[in-house]
Amino acid sequence: MLGTLAARLFQLQIVDSDRYVVLSDENRINLRLLTPPRGRILDRFGIPLADNRQDYHLVITAEQAGNIPATLDALAALIEIEEADRARVMREVRRKHSFVPVVVRDNLSWDEMARVEVAVPELPGISVEQGLTRNYPFRETAAHVIGYVAAVSEDEQTGDPLLELPDFRIGKAGIEKAQDGTLRGTAGTRQVEINAVGRVVRELARIDGDPGQDVVIGLDAAMQEFVTRRCANEPSVSSVLLDAISGEVLALVSSPAFDPALFTDGLKPAVWRQLSSDSRHPLANKAIAGIYPPGSTFKPVAALAALTAGVLTPETAITCTGQLALGNAVFHCWRKGGHGTLRLRDAIKKSCDVFFYETARRLGIDRLAAMANRLGYGAPLGIDIPGEKGGLIPTQAWKLDTTGAAWQAGETLIAGIGQGSVLATPLQIATMVARLVSGRAVVPHFLRSAGIMTEEGGAAQPDFPEIGVDLDARALVLDGMNAVVNEPGGTAYAARIAEPEFAMGGKSGTSQVRRISQYERDHGLRKIDEIPWKDRDHALFVAFAPVSTPRYVCATVVEHAGFGSEVAAPICRDVLREVQLRDPARRVPAKNTVARSLSPTVPPLDALTTDRG
Amino acid sequence: MAVLPPEFGRSKSAFVERILGLRWNVVLLLSLVAGIGVAALYSAADGNMQPWATKQMTRFAIALAPMLGAALLGLRRWFRIAYWTYIVTLVLIVAVDMRGFVGMGAQRWIDLGIIQLQPSELMSITLVLSLGRYFHSLSDENISKLRYFILPSLMTLIPTVLVLKQPDLGTAMVILMSGIVVMFIAGVRLRLFAICISVVGMCLPIVWKALRDYQKLRIYTFLDPDSDPLGAGYHILQSKIALGSGGLFGKGFLLGTQSHLSFLPEKQTDFIFTTLAEEFGLIGGFMLLALYAALIAYGFVIGLRCRSHFGRLLCLGIVTNFFLYVFINIAMVTGLIPVVGIPLPLISYGGTAMLTVMIGMGLMMSVYLDQDVRLNRVGEAHTD
Repeated sequence: MLGTLAARLFQLQIVDSDRYVVLSDENRINLRLLTPPRGRILDRFGIPLADNRQDYHLVITAEQAGNIPATLDALAALIEIEEADRARVMREVRRKHSFVPVVVRDNLSWDEMARVEVAVPELPGISVEQGLTRNYPFRETAAHVIGYVAAVSEDEQTGDPLLELPDFRIGKAGIEKAQDGTLRGTAGTRQVEINAVGRVVRELARIDGDPGQDVVIGLDAAMQEFVTRRCANEPSVSSVLLDAISGEVLALVSSPAFDPALFTDGLKPAVWRQLSSDSRHPLANKAIAGIYPPGSTFKPVAALAALTAGVLTPETAITCTGQLALGNAVFHCWRKGGHGTLRLRDAIKKSCDVFFYETARRLGIDRLAAMANRLGYGAPLGIDIPGEKGGLIPTQAWKLDTTGAAWQAGETLIAGIGQGSVLATPLQIATMVARLVSGRAVVPHFLRSAGIMTEEGGAAQPDFPEIGVDLDARALVLDGMNAVVNEPGGTAYAARIAEPEFAMGGKSGTSQVRRISQYERDHGLRKIDEIPWKDRDHALFVAFAPVSTPRYVCATVVEHAGFGSEVAAPICRDVLREVQLRDPARRVPAKNTVARSLSPTVPPLDALTTDRG
Repeated sequence: MAVLPPEFGRSKSAFVERILGLRWNVVLLLSLVAGIGVAALYSAADGNMQPWATKQMTRFAIALAPMLGAALLGLRRWFRIAYWTYIVTLVLIVAVDMRGFVGMGAQRWIDLGIIQLQPSELMSITLVLSLGRYFHSLSDENISKLRYFILPSLMTLIPTVLVLKQPDLGTAMVILMSGIVVMFIAGVRLRLFAICISVVGMCLPIVWKALRDYQKLRIYTFLDPDSDPLGAGYHILQSKIALGSGGLFGKGFLLGTQSHLSFLPEKQTDFIFTTLAEEFGLIGGFMLLALYAALIAYGFVIGLRCRSHFGRLLCLGIVTNFFLYVFINIAMVTGLIPVVGIPLPLISYGGTAMLTVMIGMGLMMSVYLDQDVRLNRVGEAHTD
């Protein structure tokens, strides 16, 4: 029988030994991943928009501390320890293995850290540990562009063990999401010997991973900040500032925003409820995902389409009587008495609705739609952050496909003034003007392949294809937009830039949130503050500057603000003036300069014309 | 209990002769095995004499005295007190059941200050003693009769059931099997065993019901240890991993990862063989088995040479008992049989086990010393 034992030992220790050696190593050797530091996100001048903050947290290890309440008392004499934290520590200490460190406090300031470090010899079991936390120096200022990081969710797991680490954070929105692969880096590994209860006995090997790479975007942090501040006066705004030549997005604001840092450690349910139930949609990036009827800002598209199609010449005169009858329907101009006889330039300047009804009628919807598509409407532009919407440019085929009904001629008229089914994002409106001034199919984008801009110059100009629209036609439309702002009688004359060298051209727009009823037509429009906020019209303005050699384009949509020229135009004016002062497309600003006028002046309301655009 | 040998008063030279006549090579073998045990405990404590190795060494040294006492007491006296030792042990077992305290979830100990006495382990010796006396006194024609089989059966089954209730499945098994072996050697007919086995077979469902949940679980997991590697099968699997990863030469003294990183359960008691075989490999395991085999062989030789029926039964019973401990323990840690909780003689940390083994070895030597002493039915010696 002892022979049986000997045979059994032989079987275990010789025959099956290899298998058990592997099992034994699996038992004792644990592969731990080292989280790579996440790459930074930098603006065009190298200012960090997202980086990693050294985070000091205080941990207590029960087996070394001995008397935990006494240690906590000693600690409380040095730094503030809340009663709730104290209770939590006592609870966790009881529940966990005595060698597992329990976090006493997060986010220690440098001061607190130093005070504790000095006293550590008298505080057994207390140690200060370092970690990296995602940090957003501009807080909500660039939240919609940068996005945020958060814990990896179930459906984002790819089998990469790095994603399973409890402290790993993945990009959930904006650049953080779009460039996650670049920012993430690769995990390092640490082989440690552990015992049966998981305590690390010693480190066997260590392979450092690759830290995530920095991502440079074309945004100008100072302009972003300026635009954010300028928009803060209104409840719900989105504004886009483009370099019309390179297509770089210099600023993109959706206001109100949120603090991206809230997501890093998990959003608290109350904050989430507050953010998601806010009717101003702080979580949505309205600049790329908000779709609005472009209203009169669409008129340059109709003009360009008509000039290109030859249904209109610069000299074609159309008489506006305040309304246009088509069949048994009547289409009204915003100006009750009408504009009289107009040519294209004045029609743009005064934003005459009847002129563009007639233009659209002559064009037909499909030719109008084709030009709109060439200028960037109707489909997502493909900007390099997630969540972009494509808006809508209707065609006869589209209507038949979606509703089964035939296209009505009246719908063409409405589309001619950017109403009806026409929908666009603020980014598309800005892009339309960028294409208009450059003549090329500019695609707005964030990523700067050339890296940080240096004194020697910026990136090579992206070579966008020509849109194939005649220069004379473009020049005429741009001149009309110049008149809108810079000629008395233009709808945004009040919002002109005083310095001639910075003068902008633009187009105002008002998009109806609800139809104007016959009653209102008959009895005069209600005053704006008599209408509930949610029912008020959206105010739009799109502008380019300088007028002579356009480089910058700004589109602003102020939700439920009334008339475009009253509210949206001054924002565009201030932004374009500021951007020309800084000139981030061509110049590297002196170190540490921020936008020159951080408190933009808002002219008193009564100084504005009450013209509707 | 008289420690002085009976010859002491009569002749000093006879006593010296008796001591010199001891099988000192058996004592040497015992010391070797115990030395290995101390080394294993030293390793199990991560290279520390505390808390186990020093104490175990002391116990071995102290236990040498009762061993010598048992050896020198003389077979005749053992014959006389055989039943008494059995009764005293039985009373102690009952006492343990009554007022023993809970240790490792099982009521097994009486705290005597120096050691925590586990009378169930002593029972395996005293049962052999009293069965030896019983069958010694039985005439050859009566052995095969059923009614003379009833008393020894009861003597075996009563402590078995009591120990099983403690609950200590391993020790109960050893007691039962020791009893059966002594009866078998005494010449009880196989027919009676057949009846017995069928009775036991009929009792199995009842026993199964009496088993604690953890005991049932151990049997389940024995049948399929890999099914639940982190649950109840953990001990067996980790033990097999330790042994298997030791290989031919082992991982080296103090270098066993499985035991030092606490993957091994009960590494200082029931699973100490695993610690040894992980660090010293197949060669170390074989050497220890060889030492045990030598001790057992000595026991058989002594037993077979003994002229008195009592001495022969006693010696063979004790050797069988010793063998059962070794076999069950090693078979358990190598995954051959379910985990039952049986110490490895002389190596596992524990006082009673050490004492029991040493007294048993003393009795074995006593048989050797008095191998030529003849005992009549009532135990009176008459030398040729």
